[in-house]
Amino acid sequence: MNFVSKAVFFIFSVLSLVACNEVLNNPYAVSTPQNQSILYSSFSERPRHLDPAKAYSSNEYVFIGQIYEPPFQYHFLKRPYELEPLTATKMPDVIYLDKAARVLPETIAADQVVYSDYIIDIAPGIRFQPHPALAKNAQGHYLYHDLSSAQLDNIKQLSDFAQQGTRELTAADYVHQIKRLVHPEISSPIAELMKQYIVGLGDYALRIKDKARTQLEEDEISGVQVLDKYRYKIRIHGKYPQFIFWLAMPFFAPMPWEADAFYTQAGLQDKNITLDWQPLGTGPYMLVENNPNLRMTMLKNPHFHAAFYPSEGEEGDVEQGLLEDAGKRLPFIDKAIYRLEKESIPYWNKFLQGYYDASGIASDSFDQAIQFSGGDLRLTASMQAKGIQLQTAVASSIYYMGFNMLDKVIGAAGGESARKLRQAIAIAMDYEEYIAIFMNGRGVAAQGAIPPGIFGYQSGEAGINPYVYDWQNGHAQRKPITVAKRLMQEAGYPNGVDPQTGEALILYFDTAASGPDDRARLNWYRKQFSKLGIQLVIRATDYNRFQQKMRNGNAQVFMWGWNADYPDPENFFFLLYGPNAKAVYGGENAGNYQNPEFDRLFKQMNNMQNTAERLQIIAKMQELLRYDVPWLFGLHPKNFSLYHSWYHNLKPNLMANNKLKYLRIDDKKREQLRQQWNRPILWPIIVIILLLLALAWPAVRSLQRRAQETIK
Amino acid sequence: MLHYILRRFLYAFPLLFGVNVLTFVLFFIVNSPDDMARMQLGQKHVTEQAISNWKEQRGYHLPLLINHEQQGLAKIQQTIFYQKSLRLFAFDFGISDSGRNIGADIQQRMWPSLAVALPALVIGLLVNITAALMMVLFRQSYLEFAGIVLCVVIMSISSLFYIIGGQFLIGKLLMLVPISGYDTGFNAIKFLVLPVLISVVSGIGAGARWYRTLFLEEIEQDYVRTARAKGLSETQVLFKHVLQNAMIPILTGVVVVLPLLFMGSLITESFFSIPGLGSYTIDAINSQDFAIVRAMVFLGSVLYIIGLLLTDISYTLVDPRVRLS
Repeated sequence: MNFVSKAVFFIFSVLSLVACNEVLNNPYAVSTPQNQSILYSSFSERPRHLDPAKAYSSNEYVFIGQIYEPPFQYHFLKRPYELEPLTATKMPDVIYLDKAARVLPETIAADQVVYSDYIIDIAPGIRFQPHPALAKNAQGHYLYHDLSSAQLDNIKQLSDFAQQGTRELTAADYVHQIKRLVHPEISSPIAELMKQYIVGLGDYALRIKDKARTQLEEDEISGVQVLDKYRYKIRIHGKYPQFIFWLAMPFFAPMPWEADAFYTQAGLQDKNITLDWQPLGTGPYMLVENNPNLRMTMLKNPHFHAAFYPSEGEEGDVEQGLLEDAGKRLPFIDKAIYRLEKESIPYWNKFLQGYYDASGIASDSFDQAIQFSGGDLRLTASMQAKGIQLQTAVASSIYYMGFNMLDKVIGAAGGESARKLRQAIAIAMDYEEYIAIFMNGRGVAAQGAIPPGIFGYQSGEAGINPYVYDWQNGHAQRKPITVAKRLMQEAGYPNGVDPQTGEALILYFDTAASGPDDRARLNWYRKQFSKLGIQLVIRATDYNRFQQKMRNGNAQVFMWGWNADYPDPENFFFLLYGPNAKAVYGGENAGNYQNPEFDRLFKQMNNMQNTAERLQIIAKMQELLRYDVPWLFGLHPKNFSLYHSWYHNLKPNLMANNKLKYLRIDDKKREQLRQQWNRPILWPIIVIILLLLALAWPAVRSLQRRAQETIK
Repeated sequence: MLHYILRRFLYAFPLLFGVNVLTFVLFFIVNSPDDMARMQLGQKHVTEQAISNWKEQRGYHLPLLINHEQQGLAKIQQTIFYQKSLRLFAFDFGISDSGRNIGADIQQRMWPSLAVALPALVIGLLVNITAALMMVLFRQSYLEFAGIVLCVVIMSISSLFYIIGGQFLIGKLLMLVPISGYDTGFNAIKFLVLPVLISVVSGIGAGARWYRTLFLEEIEQDYVRTARAKGLSETQVLFKHVLQNAMIPILTGVVVVLPLLFMGSLITESFFSIPGLGSYTIDAINSQDFAIVRAMVFLGSVLYIIGLLLTDISYTLVDPRVRLS
């Protein structure tokens, strides 16, 4: 047997051996324990904070929402969104008080209420996850609260601590977390906001300014009290019904004082062992591996309290199988593995191979996943063949084009002329076209400031913006451009000509979008304005400068967005509330819109429960906005999610952060389908090797001939 | 030689100081401490007070380079530059603005970078040398011509194409390896096959052509003619004599990049989800984390200086005619 034959034989032998192996492309450890239900997901950007006092973005809530438990949560199935107790035994007792702290009747007018007390009862028997911060010795002393340098030498990660402990959750843990919100070392994003609401929080912040985090318990917040082991009270200024929504966010989750005592020890931070990276909660899961550069793994918390899958939902939930697990104990999944996946293409391909359980749809993959059929969106045949299912939900967000109302041309100073100009632009900006071109149809043109799913949103004819749309054949139809042109004429800009210059009216669009990908989008904006004869000048800059312009009120036209913190119209209308004007008061009203009537209605609506009367006020506020046009309402994005047939109990819930405990995976089916979908294809390798050998053969022969040549 | 190394070592200090100042100035021209605070605190409900607190906690409330409110040395010491940048000379990278220990992160992330870069370098070197030798062996034949054309074609294609194409063909269609990902220990091997293969393939064009030029220069030398006259075969001439002499520029070229292998590759690491140092700096720039940016620029400069020093030393080792003085 010569060398070539030997090589071919060897390669075939190797390939045969490889062929015996069933799956070669499994990105996970093969030694997965049997009967362990595992969820596979990813994160594209490592979370910055896992401390519930600091975390405030969705990629952080993916983790801490499963680990920390605030007293209340959103019902998983019911719509409209409804709060229910989580660690609390019932919804809080809210007591209204006058200046002398005398109890007022529930029906009292909001302006009579000086304080509101929220009294919260926590269920007994809830325990924290196992953690070294809670580990004690036989004498009852904490084992790791005074670490020596010798002990620290042997510690590289949290799991290196030999002992772990737990203890019961108490009301004091909730109060401790509220104190943490204002400690300067923690820099909670809601600290300043909460100082406005919680009585005594601002004073407390001043008193503990120079104290260590371990000394928080040496002082008390006058408005926050532990009433007994399982009950605490938060007193807020005035009446603020939306406060309950804050109590369902991780900011108000419990934190044992031991966590601060443990994590603030010198030496631990050098090893990246901090509370910001290693959470300590009571939730269904605990973070056992935190390598944000590679993988984050959560395991079921062995001390998780009894919690059950909901037994009631909304109409249609039964038909969709969402109540099949009703009454069963949570959570269903034993382990959740999140891998760092920065690029969408590899993620998408792994989803198709079955290595991720769910996926969004990037624009690159949209055509592969979705097809338009008779105006409807549906999955392509290849997706259906794999049993992949599609779920869509309009996000509780809005992307709007704002007008700076301080601007002389387009703002309030321009009076009726400027209003008509804004109105004309609102008609000309064809957001339906924008959604079709740039978002693959994944969005809904906005008719007002409130997205679908939030109280106050109205669908159908009653909900359209009558200044921009007509109701025709059961659909909102954008008004023709001739209407916009007429408005331009009435505004004093016939055909878009500025009478002062005799040339096209110039408007300036400030944006932080300046990359090559944004060019088409910016050109589209120019095109929309040019329909009216307006010349739109794009002032692209980086996000820092853009923000600075907004703070100084130097922008004229801009794009911005807002994602709901909680499902209440106040969380959107406050973006247009006069006293929140960004350039004047540093608030979130980026367009600096000021309308006394709107502000009056806002204050009235703000303090009301969701009643028909409140709905009427909201409709009036929407009408004011549609008439004044401080915003061109833009769009509400629509989330498209794909998930495999083995993934159960998925229902879009844009408010809840703790959905993982409700989800269920059919592991056997997944394993079976993975095997079926991932059989390696070896023949092209063999063909390539043979081809290379065939190509090399004449060369080798030529070389041999040359070596044997003799001079004649 | 020791004297030379010591001198080069001392030269490095002003160089690194200059790099430090430049990084500092460039970063703060684009980003103010307020911008950094806003980035860390998020977009919602951020007040001036919150920004002020954040800056004070992290020492960004101080002036940038000179503190006119202080006297004497404190004018320099009570500045962001002094407090943040000078510690780097002791390799104390400090804490990132998001609160993580940078030194620990670098230690963790340099190994995956190395795990991709080192095999890619070694295998790439072997493949390129072999390909170049083959082209020289079959010079002035259709094989050399085909080889050069292939090299030019390979060079002309973007590395991104190789990555996406490789993932599509080998990971998705043939399903021979995971499309992307990483793991620790021996489990990492299956994730390294594809990135290493792609790095090697995409580097053949430039590498093989460069080495071919070096070999062709050598093959015209007198000692090669002498070797042939002695009756050595063409393969013996090439693999023994030519290769040995051409290794001098090859080795010195390799030595200079050795320290930089730790720094990783941005695109490869990003597409293959390899948690290396390649994407660490870019992530930090995106999140305006000055602490990481300055640490990585400093580290990159140090490694580059070490690389140049090693190159000089390696010259003396492989070429006895070179002396360092």
